[in-house]
Amino acid sequence: MTVHNLYVFDRSGVCLHYSEWNRKKQAGISKDEEFKLMYGMLFSIRSFVSKMSPLDMKDGFVSFQTSRYKLHYYETPTGVKVVMNTDLGVPNCRDILHQIYSTLYVEYVVKNPLCPLGEPIQSELFSTRLDSFVRALPFFSARAA
Amino acid sequence: MAIFSVYVVNKAGGLIYQYDNYVPRAEVEKTFSFPLDLVLKVHDEKVIVSFGQRDGIRVGHAVLSINGVDVNGRSTGDGKEILEFLKDSANYPVSIRFGRARLTSNEKLMLASMFHSLFAIGSQLSPEVGSSGIEMLETDTFKLHCFQTLTGIKFIVLADPRQAGIDALLRKIYEIYSDYALKNPFYSLEMPIRCELFDQNLKSALEIAEKAGTFGPGS
Repeated sequence: MTVHNLYVFDRSGVCLHYSEWNRKKQAGISKDEEFKLMYGMLFSIRSFVSKMSPLDMKDGFVSFQTSRYKLHYYETPTGVKVVMNTDLGVPNCRDILHQIYSTLYVEYVVKNPLCPLGEPIQSELFSTRLDSFVRALPFFSARAA
Repeated sequence: MAIFSVYVVNKAGGLIYQYDNYVPRAEVEKTFSFPLDLVLKVHDEKVIVSFGQRDGIRVGHAVLSINGVDVNGRSTGDGKEILEFLKDSANYPVSIRFGRARLTSNEKLMLASMFHSLFAIGSQLSPEVGSSGIEMLETDTFKLHCFQTLTGIKFIVLADPRQAGIDALLRKIYEIYSDYALKNPFYSLEMPIRCELFDQNLKSALEIAEKAGTFGPGS
């Protein structure tokens, strides 16, 4: 079990933060293009899912998986989106993504007057805390690194 | 536990078969007096509730019928604009049925080709080598399972998140497709499937899957 990478987007589609741990394949496009493609895909999935759903939805889109990885998605009511790619063995990550938002993003970015909102996060404190948080996850394994 | 619907998408992203296996729930019919205490708006050629959630009528629900007559897009059964009709106090009291809008066949076509693209993007953005496209997509109300054959046809099943045995069902649908669509001399490849035997067998496979979740060993 491992974590591949993590994206944080704001409500307008700006990629606020990106970090990767055990990523074996790049998308073959520049990082900027990749963020746009990822945000575009999530945006479309959200609208796809809300149209397809046979019942009224509460949380909406939670995760998807392919043959090799699983993408976990969490969105706050303010539109901040946290996306984490892991391998297939990882169970539901909603609580973990919520924790990343509430204990890291809110604490070190929203409450930091030197971090302007709506721009990529420059704060080193946030990146190091996030890195150690992810490395401490029970399903983060250094074996694959 | 339920299986909601089945889609078959050809290798170009065109929808060639669709079947809905559920009856919509949570429809609310209510009689209103003038003036209407809900705010309605037109969205995607449908009249939906935009404000004033009450009595099981939720924001986002569409007007399905007025005085027992089904509406047709944004106009009533006899061709008047719904919003105009509801502004006229002479038409009250009026009984309106609200519920989740059912997808039109055009929307289904669009959603099927949309999934076709999402499937491809899902594999491009993979952090691992050799990833397929989206095989399972989970939401709080349903799970979408997709099986792509070697020839590029996608079988998509929407089911309850707790429903088991969908992988076996997808393979069974592929088998039914091979047996009753491909082997039908009147079926042309990549075209919409209109074969009675395919319909019948698909329906019974769905029934079996809903009850047992398996098709016995070897299937």
